[in-house]
Amino acid sequence: MDYLSLNRISKSFGKEKLLDEVTLGVAQGENLVIFGPSGGGKTVLLRMIAGVETVTQGSIEVGGRDITFDPPEARGIGVALQNFALFPHMTAFDNIAAPLAARKKSQSEITDAVQKIAKLLKIAQVLHHFPKQLSNGQKQRTALARALVARPPLLLLDDPLRNVDAKLRFEMRLELPRLLREAGATVIYVTQDYREALALGDRIAILMGGKLLQIGTPRDIYEQPASIKVAQLFGDPTINIFDVTQAVRENGQDVHLTLGGGVIPLAGATAKAVRQAAHAGKKLWLGIRPEAIDFVWPGEGPGQGTGEGSGQGPGQGTNQIAHKNAVVIAAKLEAVNPLNERHVSFLTTQEGHDILCSRPADEGGDPNQLAEAAKGQVKLQFSPDKILVFGGDDGEIMAHHDDAAARDATGDATGGATRDAAMVTA
Amino acid sequence: MGGGAILRYSLHRLAILLVVVFFLFPIFWIALMSLQTNESILRIPPSMVFTPIFDNYQALITGKLITQAGSLDLPFMKNLFNSFFLSAASVAVALILGVPAAYAFARFKFRLGENIAFTLLSFRFAPPLLVLLPLSLIYQTIGLDNSYVGLIWVYQLICLPLILWVVRSYFEDISPEIEHAYRIAGHNWGQSFLRIAIPLARPGIAAAGLLAFIFAWNNFVFALILASADKQPVTVGALAFVTASGIQYGQIAAAIILSILPTLLLALYAQRYLVEGLSLGAVKG
Repeated sequence: MDYLSLNRISKSFGKEKLLDEVTLGVAQGENLVIFGPSGGGKTVLLRMIAGVETVTQGSIEVGGRDITFDPPEARGIGVALQNFALFPHMTAFDNIAAPLAARKKSQSEITDAVQKIAKLLKIAQVLHHFPKQLSNGQKQRTALARALVARPPLLLLDDPLRNVDAKLRFEMRLELPRLLREAGATVIYVTQDYREALALGDRIAILMGGKLLQIGTPRDIYEQPASIKVAQLFGDPTINIFDVTQAVRENGQDVHLTLGGGVIPLAGATAKAVRQAAHAGKKLWLGIRPEAIDFVWPGEGPGQGTGEGSGQGPGQGTNQIAHKNAVVIAAKLEAVNPLNERHVSFLTTQEGHDILCSRPADEGGDPNQLAEAAKGQVKLQFSPDKILVFGGDDGEIMAHHDDAAARDATGDATGGATRDAAMVTA
Repeated sequence: MGGGAILRYSLHRLAILLVVVFFLFPIFWIALMSLQTNESILRIPPSMVFTPIFDNYQALITGKLITQAGSLDLPFMKNLFNSFFLSAASVAVALILGVPAAYAFARFKFRLGENIAFTLLSFRFAPPLLVLLPLSLIYQTIGLDNSYVGLIWVYQLICLPLILWVVRSYFEDISPEIEHAYRIAGHNWGQSFLRIAIPLARPGIAAAGLLAFIFAWNNFVFALILASADKQPVTVGALAFVTASGIQYGQIAAAIILSILPTLLLALYAQRYLVEGLSLGAVKG
């Protein structure tokens, strides 16, 4: 039984539809992150749950009670709004105490509770200050304290780290999960930052253009995005997407895609779905995350037995690619962009697709030297497990990842063919 | 501080002094006049050297004007009270009606809302004389002429639109998010209006109230037509200084000084609310 459930919630302003039949359930004590680009309807949804925005259609239930038409003061929800919305004519103390004062608590109870939460959030020394005397970080903590102080069973946080500086955002991103756990509340957290979403959410709901595109654990959403749109929201640099409509090859039972001279085997449900889509003339896209791609460094190569854990070779340990099954493609190195811990390489395939490859800087060697030695042409490798195939006009995923058993069963069968194909192109 | 800086500072001060002298000189001159007899005021050339007398103030306060033509009753203190009472009561009524209305116009979209607000504003640009004739006839019929209630009612034409429109814009400047946050914290609509909206709009309410008070205080035609002797404010009462034996400049000057005082004191008191920052940095931006 969900603690909070939204049943086909819609919101329109005139003809403009901001939310379109959003249905969502949140379990008690769960941290749900609502993530999406700005203008996707996240804040409106949150404001409707808080009761400061009317619901055009649908209903909201909290703890089994329909609160769709309750005024905000009757809902007992803790909310931290994006722009803090502190009461400018009250001290930080009175700001934080407001929910307790409304609940008719005694003065000593209020003082105790405010002091406690202020200590936890490290603002005890500024409680007598007015909001204009507080720094942004302190304002943000005051707003958070106000939301937490009455121990509400449901907590809504609207991008609380948006308006604070990078250093504080980093600190709070580490601190918030602990705070939210201590609060013990059911939390809905709205953010535009995919790192925050991945770090804070038990589950993530993707809201885009007023529609809920996917709900799942951070791992699910990162590894099995429902569509290209969702896949592109996570990761920096963003996922590589190639149009492979014309690259489907069939060989009896075997279905594979060609890319940069390499052959990518498809297995199980994905293979079936791709075969059907290809026959129906649908568009197909291949997605590979930049960090799933590695260079083929000198001294190693597919089929040379590095997969046996012999301990040598770059990328060993952190590199999950089983080299013996890796797909190898040729590409031309265009540029390398060092980004702190990683370097991001920009390459093009012989078909003219752009590829981004993101590797840890201390791993392998210098892609520039590699390219120099090979006259600009380098080889890339990635595991066929890491690919995503999208199809149709909306770019939806072709099949949710087949269960591991199915992949193991087909993996060996296609492995040989892949290796052979890879050897040929290499 | 270098020589240039000193020069700049002095020039700056001099400029301020010139402005202050320019604006305050008439008041200063009237203050001097109020301490002189008619003869010394009217001598040519005028002079700042004279023996101050307090006869003018004495005449106003005791209500007996002694001229060559004999003694005349002056209800000046009664007029002063009338002015004060009418203005204060009008502003109070206008605030009670206007502030909630301004809040409604600022926060809620409702049918004919803008039309109603504009109609109220249009009272300000209708010429008073146009409405006075029908108004005085209506007042005579329903028995409201020459009554405080009737005058206060008419004074709403001056005060209400002013308060409504000035306070409305202040309410519009307050982020609704702040009120939302207060309601989410568990306070109802009325509490959020009284403890959030009104305190935050206080500079605007003070400014509008002060302006409305001054406009009501300075009003002449409404009171001239609708009030008789015992309800007249100072603006109408001042006509009594034009006597058979001439214009009593000394008394007029003293009357002006006395009638400026209440608004001046009110302005000094309200000033701290006027300069108080509006939003105090609550919402980032």
